[in-house]
Amino acid sequence: MSRKTPVISFFAGGLVLAAGRAAWAIERFPPPDFETGHQLPPTERTAGNPGWYDALDITVLFAALSVGAWLVLKARSRKGVVGLAIACLVYFGFWRNGCVCAIGSIQNVTLALFDSGYALPVVVGAFFLLPIAFTLLFGRVFCAGVCPLGAIQDLVSFRALRVPEWLEQPLRVLPYVYLALAVVLAATGSAFVICEYDPFVGIFRLSGGVAMIVFGVVLLAAGMFVVRPYCRYLCPYGVVLGWLSRASLLHARIDPTKCIKCRLCEDSCPVNAINLPDERVDVQANRRRLVLGLAVLPVFVLAGALLGYGLASPLSRMNTTVQLAERMHAEQAGAVEGVIKETEAFRATGASVTRLYADALAVRRRFAWLTPTAFALLGLMVGLKRVRLSVPAWRDEYEIEASRCVACARCFEYCPHDARNVALLQQLTAEQRDDPEVVALTVGGIDR
Amino acid sequence: MPDETHNPTRRDFLRATVRSGALLTIGGMSVAMFERARGRDWVWQIDPYKCTMCGQCATECVLDPSAVKCVHTFPMCGYCDLCTGYFEPQPNSLNTGAENQLCPVGAIKRKFIEEPYFEYTIDESLCIGCAKCVAGCTAFGNGSLHLQIRRDKCVDCNDCSIARKCPARAISRVPADTPYLIKDGHPH
Repeated sequence: MSRKTPVISFFAGGLVLAAGRAAWAIERFPPPDFETGHQLPPTERTAGNPGWYDALDITVLFAALSVGAWLVLKARSRKGVVGLAIACLVYFGFWRNGCVCAIGSIQNVTLALFDSGYALPVVVGAFFLLPIAFTLLFGRVFCAGVCPLGAIQDLVSFRALRVPEWLEQPLRVLPYVYLALAVVLAATGSAFVICEYDPFVGIFRLSGGVAMIVFGVVLLAAGMFVVRPYCRYLCPYGVVLGWLSRASLLHARIDPTKCIKCRLCEDSCPVNAINLPDERVDVQANRRRLVLGLAVLPVFVLAGALLGYGLASPLSRMNTTVQLAERMHAEQAGAVEGVIKETEAFRATGASVTRLYADALAVRRRFAWLTPTAFALLGLMVGLKRVRLSVPAWRDEYEIEASRCVACARCFEYCPHDARNVALLQQLTAEQRDDPEVVALTVGGIDR
Repeated sequence: MPDETHNPTRRDFLRATVRSGALLTIGGMSVAMFERARGRDWVWQIDPYKCTMCGQCATECVLDPSAVKCVHTFPMCGYCDLCTGYFEPQPNSLNTGAENQLCPVGAIKRKFIEEPYFEYTIDESLCIGCAKCVAGCTAFGNGSLHLQIRRDKCVDCNDCSIARKCPARAISRVPADTPYLIKDGHPH
């Protein structure tokens, strides 16, 4: 039986250390045989959230989306949407800590497509697909109040400064760039940038890095005057939902048979989503512009591809395997002096450097074709946007631009056909009701 | 005036086509997802055999204090009197005096079992995951103390902020049904 004095063997143990880091496996001090029959305590394996949390999350998401669709399309109630936003902010934001969210799920889906070792968890898949399915059917009701990021921004907004179109249009390109970057970095297993730069998750958890909290507070402060800055100028999931909502079965629409062109909805829309009628469209000139726009489309695609080609190498340095391989190479070639924690840790594992270089090369190769592809698609999108801008659409009615409308339901309250407003308007004479100016003053007079 | 660019029926047909196509894709994706996932879920965990005890687990976690805690594999422990995970490098004396302890928050409890053995347990409500004790135990002892991400604390960020900074790249996704990588005393 071993009754070695640990104090003495401590010094012997210190000597063993010289043999290197891998020495952890050496049993420097044999575990004792207790004469008192002392029982060793177990190592605790505390359990996390129960499995049914996932099912609950999916159920709540589905229910919230259904309620949202009903509130926007049937009840047409801004108050209801605000209530939904508060409920979802509390549940998905503060209680479930804002993770996993539909916006971030883009990265998990991408990773699952490119990395066979990563299977997409069902809850993440549901958070990716359910809002898309609802958007195809009912428009962006997810953005309206179900998304906790949208909800928190919508709730703090109290003034809606109109962003002029010349600024709005270029800013709306940013989400495309963000999406391209996020997809490339997720597909290569490098980073989840959407999560890393999530502005509000720190606020939901009431803890987090200083930069994260500051970014969130700045966005909220800006959001008090410019409604939903993250949704409009950053959100990559909004890009997906925006495109899909163009094809949606029933998004919020203006009924042309009832519209009296009072322009109150245009005034009330905080995201510039109400398109004005434009009947003075020159069909011949339009056709010329369309042909020209489509003809220069390849230039945009090529420019995107070239930009991606140039970015592939710098972007690949965001991958830790590439970083480590480059540093190891530099250290071995004597290009840099000393070692860093990363290379020290790598050497301690005794893993093969050749293998590391091969891995890094594989990652780089993936960047080399993915980045130009993603940025070529980005170029295509920007080119198509340009075509849309230069070719004015023929509109003889006010229309809601589905891709921009986040279904916040503000416009419903202003519409003279809203039940509350109908009661107000009944106090007017028939002639007064036919005059848009009078109607506008009666319905929106106080708020304007 | 009839105008080709303003044809609601054609536009509606296009919309319906895109919508049906997208909905079918979603259906297909859901089926494929459920087939492949088989209920698989992931959680973040530290491989203690890769960990270099740099101390960033205490500072990089979105939680304060960190979800990373020191855990103890008792069968690996030597039950030393002079525990290098418990005591400062040159302790004044081998007792529980605060000035002798390595742990900055006094989260390790030292209990006499029998001559000359002492048992060390971690009070996880105090532990901040700084790995000072782990470094001491691994350098001079048996390495029975090591860091793990506690499932009851971790908020399951989609992207672990400690994993981003870990110099040893020791933190990765592991299947949720086997969420721990607790040291068992055998080399990996």
